[in-house]
Amino acid sequence: MSFADWISQPVNWVFLVIGLAVLVSAFRVVTSRNVVHAALFLVGALGGSAGLFLLLSAEFVAWVLVLVYIGAVIVLFLFGIMITRAPTGLDEGLDSEQKVWPALLSLAVFVTLAWGSIEAFGTNPLATTGTPTVTEILGESLLGRFVIPFEMVGFVLLAALIGGITIARRDLTPVEEEERITA
Amino acid sequence: MIVNQFLVLAAALFALGVYGLLVRRNIVLILLSVELMLNAVNINLVAFEAMLNTPEALGQVFAIFVITVAAAEVGIGLAIVLMIFRNRRSANVDELNLMRW
Repeated sequence: MSFADWISQPVNWVFLVIGLAVLVSAFRVVTSRNVVHAALFLVGALGGSAGLFLLLSAEFVAWVLVLVYIGAVIVLFLFGIMITRAPTGLDEGLDSEQKVWPALLSLAVFVTLAWGSIEAFGTNPLATTGTPTVTEILGESLLGRFVIPFEMVGFVLLAALIGGITIARRDLTPVEEEERITA
Repeated sequence: MIVNQFLVLAAALFALGVYGLLVRRNIVLILLSVELMLNAVNINLVAFEAMLNTPEALGQVFAIFVITVAAAEVGIGLAIVLMIFRNRRSANVDELNLMRW
């Protein structure tokens, strides 16, 4: 398949627009000097990924991503930022001074992964385009073949929630403990 | 659409996550970079599912598992960050040298 064939499909234009938005947002996540802006650019990157999932006809995963990440995880991150950093303005000490080696390493990671996938898959087409995966199939898979991993992951989530509450809870000082008993 | 356009995009996202992980000093921003990398993996899984078109939608099932575990990871990670900040008044990884000898 030549590039002219590829670019002539309208769906690939949609892909290019969304992909560019995702990459720009992800770049701003790792370079932004403002902590809150970094978290908000992650919303852009994740929302773009949800759009890519819709292109890949995985509509359930796309909306799970929107609900769980953009709805819950980003809010958690914003809380974390607000608690750990009272001045939310620009901060020069946010990054390490050494940037060349990390940039080179991440470039090497990109080249390795991209080269490997291009070598392995070439121009393999996608099997499904346009017809969404019926959520029924996903539900039967989750509660059929994958029921034990599904329950395990639910247990892990519960354990993580209880663990998070236990870690983040502030223990009372001896004086406060005394006051609580006497009160 | 070919499968490689998604794989290369996911590789770029993963590489950006690696860069953020190495360059950032604030723990919350390091966790954000980890989220970027996990999201790149999800794009790969869903793209492979669209290529192979398995009858049980395996790739999407695994993507949902990854999303769930990532949510648990963020919850516990931010609780630990909160605890560290309460004890050290800092969320800067360079200053957390208590366990170094």
